Amino acid sequence: MNYRSSYFILTCLGFGFAFLYIPILSMVVFSFNASKLVTVWDTANSPTLKWYYALLNNEEILDAAWISLKVAVINASGSVILGTLAGFGLARFSQFRGRFTLNAMTTAPLVMPEVITGLSLLLLFVALEQLIGWPAGRGITTMTIGHMTFSMAYVTVIVNSRLSTFDTALEEAAMDLGARPVKVFFVITLPIIFPAILSGWLLAFTLSWDDLVISSFTSGPGSSTLPMVVFSKVRLGVSPEINVLATITITVVTLMIVGVSLWMSRMAKLDKTGA
Amino acid sequence: MSTSGGAAVKAAPWRDPNARPYVQVDGITKSFGDFKAVNDVSLKIYKGEIFCLLGASGCGKTTLLRMLGGFETPSAGKIFIDGEDMTGVPPYERPVNMMFQSYALFPHMNVEQNVAFGLKQDRVPKAEIQERVATMLDLVKLGGFAKRKPHQLSGGQRQRVALARSLVKRPKLLLLDEPLGALDKKLREHTQFELISLQDKLGVTFVVVTHDQEEAMTLASRIGVMNHGEIVQAGTPSEIYEFPSSKFVADFVGSVNMFEGKLIEDEPEYVRIGSDELGGTIYVSHGISAPPEAVVWAAVRPEKIFMSTAPPEGGTDNVVRGAVQDIAYLGDLSIYLVKLPTGKVVRVTQPNTSRHAEAITWDQQVYLSWDATSPVVVTR
Amino acid sequence: MGRDQSGGGDPLMSMRTAGRLRRFGVTGRGLVVVLPFFWLLLFFVVPFVIVLKISFSDIDLAIPPYKPLLEWIGKNSLAIKLNFNNYAFLFTDRLYINALLNSIKVAFISTVLCLLIGYPMAYGIARAKPAIRNLLLLLVILPFWTSLLLRVYAWIGLLKANGVINNVLMRLGVIHDPLTMLYTPFAMYVGIVYSYLPFFILPLYANLEKMDWQLLEAAEDLGCRPWQAFYKITLPLSRNGILAGSMLVFIPAVGEFVIPALLGGPNALMIGRVLWDEFFSNRAWPVASAVAILLLILLVPFMMWYQSVQARESAGAR
Repeated sequence: MNYRSSYFILTCLGFGFAFLYIPILSMVVFSFNASKLVTVWDTANSPTLKWYYALLNNEEILDAAWISLKVAVINASGSVILGTLAGFGLARFSQFRGRFTLNAMTTAPLVMPEVITGLSLLLLFVALEQLIGWPAGRGITTMTIGHMTFSMAYVTVIVNSRLSTFDTALEEAAMDLGARPVKVFFVITLPIIFPAILSGWLLAFTLSWDDLVISSFTSGPGSSTLPMVVFSKVRLGVSPEINVLATITITVVTLMIVGVSLWMSRMAKLDKTGA
Repeated sequence: MSTSGGAAVKAAPWRDPNARPYVQVDGITKSFGDFKAVNDVSLKIYKGEIFCLLGASGCGKTTLLRMLGGFETPSAGKIFIDGEDMTGVPPYERPVNMMFQSYALFPHMNVEQNVAFGLKQDRVPKAEIQERVATMLDLVKLGGFAKRKPHQLSGGQRQRVALARSLVKRPKLLLLDEPLGALDKKLREHTQFELISLQDKLGVTFVVVTHDQEEAMTLASRIGVMNHGEIVQAGTPSEIYEFPSSKFVADFVGSVNMFEGKLIEDEPEYVRIGSDELGGTIYVSHGISAPPEAVVWAAVRPEKIFMSTAPPEGGTDNVVRGAVQDIAYLGDLSIYLVKLPTGKVVRVTQPNTSRHAEAITWDQQVYLSWDATSPVVVTR
Repeated sequence: MGRDQSGGGDPLMSMRTAGRLRRFGVTGRGLVVVLPFFWLLLFFVVPFVIVLKISFSDIDLAIPPYKPLLEWIGKNSLAIKLNFNNYAFLFTDRLYINALLNSIKVAFISTVLCLLIGYPMAYGIARAKPAIRNLLLLLVILPFWTSLLLRVYAWIGLLKANGVINNVLMRLGVIHDPLTMLYTPFAMYVGIVYSYLPFFILPLYANLEKMDWQLLEAAEDLGCRPWQAFYKITLPLSRNGILAGSMLVFIPAVGEFVIPALLGGPNALMIGRVLWDEFFSNRAWPVASAVAILLLILLVPFMMWYQSVQARESAGAR
């Protein structure tokens, strides 16, 4: 590859990453700005932590964060179970009744606009309520169900893809040595694909934590999630507390990603033996 | 050093009509849609044998092996192991163990846990597991490696772990799928003899799948040559090599010179074949059964051909002249390709017994001759 | 669990052991997928049927705000009232058609922009040395994991009248009056491209990573210049990656709501926003349902295209 194209690629990469990160960095920087206008730097009083204190005392935001956390954890755990089952079925069994449908149902949510999914879920819950009395009104339950429905699609894709590079001889060897299929799954397959399942859990958690549209459709009074609160604030313009929230979120995500990838690269040594 | 198959097999139980086979395969067929991977195969394997399924890729040998292991269900036919019908039985209920081509060692367990896995599934008491695992690891010479993980081992060491793991349960039958394929040449030779000695010590019946005929010849007490899903010939290595039953087998195992021809004389004690390919006649000192006017092939192995610069004594049968076209020097022997006036190229191998003997060179005119007992006549 | 071939029946089970396995809760492959299958059937597919049903009903000032579709008339007859008004309404009122067309336009242009920016980035990452590659991938993935809402919010801060960009430009003396960037189509494009860029880069990277770079060397050896080699070899081979990335951007972007709502201003006519407003502000559930069905009909061909691209890609990988 000659020099000219290398420089071109390098500049593109540089601009691309600058484009991706300048907004994020600007949010972080201005979270320390004393001015309420956020983007007009108040050199007299900045940098300051006052907005950090304000955020951590903001009841509305803290309550919403707690609800988001609950929903995200339940969602992630449930999605992982459903998604692993579906991913395993799609990867291992090339033929079964309804395979095409299952495949379609687990890939459609990945691209479907959320307004459609959200609307349809709400209408379902309303119709169900009319028909059998459950769910009684919308709230955390309906939100969680909604989140699980699209999260499990992501987990399915991850698990399916991991299993397709998995050496089936390992499962056959275990059976050959006397383990029944169910035992093989729990003792051999699951431990080896665990990193994929973990990343599925984290992905489902994040999708739920950040979700706005589906939450708005499927929530009820008193079950506002963090994104919903942020949205209502942000519609009106900038707000320094939101900058603080952004900074905290970014820090947590960064630490988590760095931590997980370090751990995964250690586990990747297992791949050398051809799992 | 033990011979392949060990003492149990010196008695050649396959010659004894009253001997009970340990593994009996009856009319096994496996179809995938319209394609018959294994076509109506029947086999008898005796206790203590090392039986090799030999064939090119796609011939069905691996499918047959997997059916013995329970990983594929036959479309038709039955499999009996030690008298019991095992046809539909899944792998975890068979007294059969398999050594996989990729070894399939569990990467998240260490050597000890890998070897102990099968015993744990059988709920063998802990103390006994420990003892049996330790004994087996010593047997495969991996005594100090118990706590290592698979990715910390070399290829040869991993293979020994796989072997230990599949033998520790003392299975009735051990299946090996291309066991030596991943090893380099020197290690392969060494491991071949180790496998034989191990098998002899433990008395386990082996069924080995391989495409390498040298491997089959070294390991096997008997070989089953497979082609297109069928067993075309089953016999001891020397039977297969010296008395192939078809062109395919003659050509597949070792190299061979095939001369097509027609029967000129057909007597109980001898036949004479006229071959245009050869440009001469072939005299074979045993009778064959073939319809008159049938086209036959005389197979002569390269090492059984004498090459000389002076015309040999004797009649006009089994003699031909040619010019040396190519020479390949392999150290212990040399391969000569000799072109006959008819255009056919004959392959001759000669051991380099003497350093100072007059070497035969390119384009030299030579006489090729062979004994009347050497050719094998095949009719298909 | 063993190669599953069409040899007839489950290779792992005979009648006698199937019975035994039932004790362990395994009745064959079917059971494994039963739970996710019915979950998705109930919570993903059935809702669409309901949306379809409601799109045919009348609006009602009640809770819920639509009239039932099926009505009992007398003792033994069931009448279905299919109200096509909602759909007629969509086609007569220019608002909806315009919104739909505008959404497609915006999504399409955004996809092209993502391609122009994202392709060189994906290429650069795929060509980088392994150690740097992992770092770059991490840097691409990181924004993807932070909330979309917050990242779009960041652009409000950058684009508004007294925002960062305007402040910097005015300080440098490049402009005297602040540029109007927020609440314009420009802001919306920036927002969409910004949010969806990682979605384009990742599948494209996955595709490029598998490429045999020696093919380019072979091409150059045979007389191709680098740009030609790219055009004739790399580009065609990365076709599946481009298509996958494009679908992952285009399809959700058509129905995007958050970005037009926060950055686009009141004049940004996007169908996702229209649906939201019809539903929440106007309480016109039947109309909103009709909009959703129309949007679905429009997008389903693209979704099926995406599925077939994915199938081709994974078949090629084997």
